[in-house]
Amino acid sequence: MSHSVNELVGRNADYAAGFVTHTEAETLAPGLDESVIRFISAKKNEPPWLTQWRLQSFEYWQSMQAPKWAHVQFPPLKFDDISYYSAPKSQADGPKSLDEVDPELLRTYEKLGIPLHEQEALAGVVNAKPNVAIDVVFDSVSITTTFKAKLAEAGVIFCPISEAVHSHGDLIKRYLGSVVPQRDNFYAALNSAVFSDGSFVYIPKGVRCPMELSTYFRINERNTGQFERTLIIADEGSHVSYLEGCTAPMRDENQLHAAVVELVAMDDAEIKYSTVQNWYPGDKNGKGGIYNFVTKRGICKHRAKISWTQVETGSAITWKYPSVVLRGDNSVGEFYSVALTNNLQQADTGTKMIHLGKNTKSTIISKGISTGRSQNTYRGLVRMSPTATHARNFTQCDSLLIGDSCGAHTFPYIENSNSTSIVEHEASTSKVSDDQLFACQQRGIDPEKAVSMIVNGFCKDVFRELPMEFAVEAGKLLEVSLEGAVG
Amino acid sequence: MTLLQVKDLSVSVADNAILKGLNLIVNPGEVHAIMGPNGSGKSTLANVLAGKPDYQVTSGSISLNDSNIEDLEPHERAHAGIFLAFQYPVEVPGVSNMEFLKVSLDCLAKARDEPQPNTGAFLKRVRQIAQTLDLNPEFLKRGVNEGFSGGEKKRNEILQLLLLEPQLAVLDETDSGLDIDALQIVAQGVNSYRNENNGVILITHYQRLLDYIVPDYVHVLADGKIVQSGDKGLAQELEKKGYTWLT
Repeated sequence: MSHSVNELVGRNADYAAGFVTHTEAETLAPGLDESVIRFISAKKNEPPWLTQWRLQSFEYWQSMQAPKWAHVQFPPLKFDDISYYSAPKSQADGPKSLDEVDPELLRTYEKLGIPLHEQEALAGVVNAKPNVAIDVVFDSVSITTTFKAKLAEAGVIFCPISEAVHSHGDLIKRYLGSVVPQRDNFYAALNSAVFSDGSFVYIPKGVRCPMELSTYFRINERNTGQFERTLIIADEGSHVSYLEGCTAPMRDENQLHAAVVELVAMDDAEIKYSTVQNWYPGDKNGKGGIYNFVTKRGICKHRAKISWTQVETGSAITWKYPSVVLRGDNSVGEFYSVALTNNLQQADTGTKMIHLGKNTKSTIISKGISTGRSQNTYRGLVRMSPTATHARNFTQCDSLLIGDSCGAHTFPYIENSNSTSIVEHEASTSKVSDDQLFACQQRGIDPEKAVSMIVNGFCKDVFRELPMEFAVEAGKLLEVSLEGAVG
Repeated sequence: MTLLQVKDLSVSVADNAILKGLNLIVNPGEVHAIMGPNGSGKSTLANVLAGKPDYQVTSGSISLNDSNIEDLEPHERAHAGIFLAFQYPVEVPGVSNMEFLKVSLDCLAKARDEPQPNTGAFLKRVRQIAQTLDLNPEFLKRGVNEGFSGGEKKRNEILQLLLLEPQLAVLDETDSGLDIDALQIVAQGVNSYRNENNGVILITHYQRLLDYIVPDYVHVLADGKIVQSGDKGLAQELEKKGYTWLT
């Protein structure tokens, strides 16, 4: 009759984005060798330097080992079973306008609530976020980018990276791999070899980007990997807020998503990067789901600021550490994270704050929620180098457990080589208790609503950091992710 | 119509029999005080009325407004009109008092097919109640019971009582841990809640509370049963003689 927290755990959630789009695709046969890389590069008509860059990355990758230190378990990936390129056939030549986009794809995004028509976005239909420009990436290609013209007026460049290679080759050549080098790690090397598409953003000096920029990633094809590459450059004194969202159909086999995101914040610039990650998490028995192995890093010049906010509810396995290299004096890095794992999901996520400049500051707020039989790990590095005089870090790392079959783990690494720096670390672990649940129920609140209210309260510090339009969405997403799992 | 009828109720917690054939009738408009020595089953009665998990009803029945409520979940009992002021109110960090009250009120309205309260009127009402309980409005923005003093926690329970206006209020040792000023404020709150349609069960150790909230009946609970009932004179007698003469 009455619910205990444990009884609530383990119901199955609905993954609303789990449908498949039936569109004819050009998908490369599984397997990875030089010819695949040349194929991808040729497909995108890339200049020779980039083809060479990819081939060199591939060479590095072949000599590297997959990292084993994360607190996650999965059978070794078979990289030859993955297809490294897939594009909807109808988009083969790249649509010039929205009228040329396959109606089946338009319907996909309508179902996902992503407005592709600028007029509709402005009028606020289809759950549109009014002031947001969106780049839409479907498997390996970008389908469309909205509000390009309006952004161009402000001098902002926002386009698929495959397009930027041609239109802004000099910037790409200069900055690609400048923050995450080709051989940074196993998955970054793989991405550098086979990256498909992603977004490129350039904000000119002194410009405050007039609207939110957003990229929506969708994996559709079976047995394909998505290897997106995003590069954001905020020139001196500029400001930009960027958000990415991601979903995938429900499939029984695991799919690999190995992205690289590089942020460059010049002197006095500010980049706010938010992620709402809702890749398919697998079913309640742990079958299927996305392996989300992602490298994200930003570099701050003098007085610059980079802020990462992430809400991670999806993926079978998450391996992700959005980091900031605080190279310039007085620069600021922030990391706000909510990671929720349910059923058999595993997350090993956190950040790295590398303090190089004087008076640099970083803040880390991490909220991990585990339920079902999931494992949720925070892993974070704060490094104060000898040059980082008077640098400061504050870390708060909270874990919330729901039920008694899940795990929460914290691995903070602190390396301090500077006697003038201050590093603070606070951590807590708590549980949604039967008493809390009973107290809420006694006030008429049903158990599922009660758990979602308690979890939302727990995440408040992070939700506050999300762009307004998405904070509500994140709250709802959390509710849905808990629904199946918790309550 | 009887508001609450508890018939021959036996309850076990982890296979230990706590209540052993308890009978109690509360009519609308009545205040019943339940007193008794430690371990006699007072809090068990409060919790079992509210449907707390782990309390096993082994025999007997509980009905509210003549319908049986034993199979209802705790939130359904709340919808039916039962309110429990907790002896040890729990903290819900990050959820502000105001938000909690709004969600609670909305859930109750929804379950009863009533319109959701207007937000403006709601805010006004909450602030007004807070004032009568001498609670700083800032307190409403803080997390539920998060870092509250013992007295604040108890007053917060009464604030919820006054806002939610249940049909039956069960107050589990709401007076314990209160200084004399706070006790008077809480008693005033309970008195302002009382009317001819609702009922109160006051669980207490001390006669002192009954100076401020005057009960219609006083019952002595000992070893899982009501062993003596009377009017408020009984409480005064207990104060003088203790419980031993009854057990």
